[in-house]
Amino acid sequence: MKHKVPLSGNSAVAYAVKAMDVDVVSAYPITPQTTIVEKIAEFVANGELDAKVIHVESEHSALSAAVGASATGARIFTASSSQGIALMYEIMFIASSMRLPIVMTIATRALSAPINIWNDHSDFMAVSDTGWVMMMAENNQEAHDDVVLAYRIAEDPRVLLPVATALDGFFMTHTIEPIEVISREEGLEFAPKKKTWYTLDPDNPVTMGALGDPNWYFEFKKQQYEALKNSRTVFDEAVKEFEKKFGRSYGPVEYFGNEDAEVVLVAMGHVSGNIKAFIEKTSAGNVGLLRVKLYRPFPEDLIVKHLENAEIVGVIDRALVPGSPYGGPLYSDVIVTLSKNNLSKKVVDFIAGLGGRPVTLGHIKNIVEKLEELKLKPQKDLPKEPLFVGVRE
Amino acid sequence: MSRPLTIRDLPREERFAPGHRMCQGCGAAILMRHITKAVPKDTIITQATGCVEVTTTLYPETAWKHPWIHVAFENAAAVASGVEAALKALKRKGVIPESKDVKVLSMGGDGGTFDIGIQALSGMLERGHDVLYIVYDNEAYMNTGIQRSGATPFGAWTTTTPVGKVWRGEWRRKKDIISIALAHRVPYVATVNPAFLPDLYEKIRKALSIKGPKLIHAFSPCVPGWRYEPELTIAIAKMAVFTGVWVNYEVENGEFRVTTPVPKRKPVEEYLKLQGRFRHLTAQEISEIQKYVDEQVEHINKLAGKVVIGPVER
Repeated sequence: MKHKVPLSGNSAVAYAVKAMDVDVVSAYPITPQTTIVEKIAEFVANGELDAKVIHVESEHSALSAAVGASATGARIFTASSSQGIALMYEIMFIASSMRLPIVMTIATRALSAPINIWNDHSDFMAVSDTGWVMMMAENNQEAHDDVVLAYRIAEDPRVLLPVATALDGFFMTHTIEPIEVISREEGLEFAPKKKTWYTLDPDNPVTMGALGDPNWYFEFKKQQYEALKNSRTVFDEAVKEFEKKFGRSYGPVEYFGNEDAEVVLVAMGHVSGNIKAFIEKTSAGNVGLLRVKLYRPFPEDLIVKHLENAEIVGVIDRALVPGSPYGGPLYSDVIVTLSKNNLSKKVVDFIAGLGGRPVTLGHIKNIVEKLEELKLKPQKDLPKEPLFVGVRE
Repeated sequence: MSRPLTIRDLPREERFAPGHRMCQGCGAAILMRHITKAVPKDTIITQATGCVEVTTTLYPETAWKHPWIHVAFENAAAVASGVEAALKALKRKGVIPESKDVKVLSMGGDGGTFDIGIQALSGMLERGHDVLYIVYDNEAYMNTGIQRSGATPFGAWTTTTPVGKVWRGEWRRKKDIISIALAHRVPYVATVNPAFLPDLYEKIRKALSIKGPKLIHAFSPCVPGWRYEPELTIAIAKMAVFTGVWVNYEVENGEFRVTTPVPKRKPVEEYLKLQGRFRHLTAQEISEIQKYVDEQVEHINKLAGKVVIGPVER
């Protein structure tokens, strides 16, 4: 087995950026993303990574410069969190619509107000409609591997879309785990640098970011929709080859526990680890976990496959959409997916761990007990609103 | 010393193609045509959202024979920073040959530069990117229909500073973008005017010969926004210089030089009366504008260390 190195989630991301021989890094500091960029700066300062670092004056410019650099043909990396992601919002749409293979890591964090530097998925979910491929890791090794997968997927000529990888702020970004580090040689063999997209080349001048009137805009959008949908095939191919090369296996989702479990929890990010621990600890044969890794494009087929036989499904949402008919965004995706496939399931939404409040084994126990109780009730008696876990009334 | 450059000496090659949708008589169209004559073929252009962007790139057509990119309104300078950094990185790694000299030109209107784009511009200037930024200043948000900007001059009518019983057009003075650029200690700033094209050509050539961030502020008359007939664009641009409303100058490594001296100035009403946006002004308001111009001229002469812009001759 390969030698393992103790690394924080953020360092693990930075090492992957080094393995990808990134040409330009453009980022603005924000907690809890900062140590990613600090580590990259250290690599560049020591000559371990040959990249241009742009010390931009805002996240808006971080992504704008990334667009410029990517359009010039450079392999580009940026990272942010929370308010930084919110400030990038405008350019996130443009980056995907201009079909540029930018890779960004989101160190997930709550959105203001009140200002809160701790973890939830408000930022990640707020940008889930911007046309990026989006995935979220459960542990530091996965956060490291995801960056390498991201370049392979983004730069594939069948995709040419930006990819966001995510890891949970503090719970992962600042927590040390043993990591198998991918080397530059291995990384570039898996995701070689190839010019697969149009660039700003004086010998072959093109106009990028043109005005698209009602005659053309719609066609651009349709193509973009297809590209994001098709990225799933490329993702599946990439993880398969990744497993062959590195021995670590990933899928768009991960199922943990008994396949016949009556109660299935759906979750994303580090909380999945606690759910796994709960299932192992209590030997709860009737409880399963469906962890969603690939969030966009949403892996509908696998959601159906793993929830088909469940008696009741509990979705753990770490973001909240006030005033919506669903409460949590992940719940909404699950409900729509089941409904499209004519699966009438009992699905309950749990809003948990906002603003960094830990989702403990105790909380998970309460959620499972609640689901066991609701399992016996008729569907019409299920709660019409999300259930808030661990909040003071 | 060689003879002064004339308009006949400018390159014949057109890299800003005809057939675009800019207004008849548009000052910015004249600027774009001659800017692209002055920059080398190997120049990448980043452009802010604005009149020039929307009128030159209606898909599937384009007026640009340069590699050209538009991303959003407020970020042309940030996009240029990324382009420039990528060129450096790719050269260092041997992807682009070291011998290939590619220039980066970034452009925006006054809204995209003075107002919404000032942060990205400041960042680009401060970080020292090898980029020439040109602001074409038509003194309001013309693309959206003549709303005031931080570059709108005192007294000008716009649709958001209308002339009514209480308001008398814009009541604040124009932002000083050149001083803002100079505060970043950039090696070169200059002002240019479409009525003085050889001067514009020489300044752009000079700017591109200097490493680091450069800013050129271009005067850009706007037919619908300034309320005048299309054939008056150059007359207005000239009159701006002859009245001292606009001064053609450059600051090269701190050294100040007026490139179009005006020994005898005309009164400011000669400039104002050509434009409908100023037609509501009273004699008192005009004398206030004259006072502002006098102040500006005094400042310029002080910087020049001699009288390069003379007194008003009636």
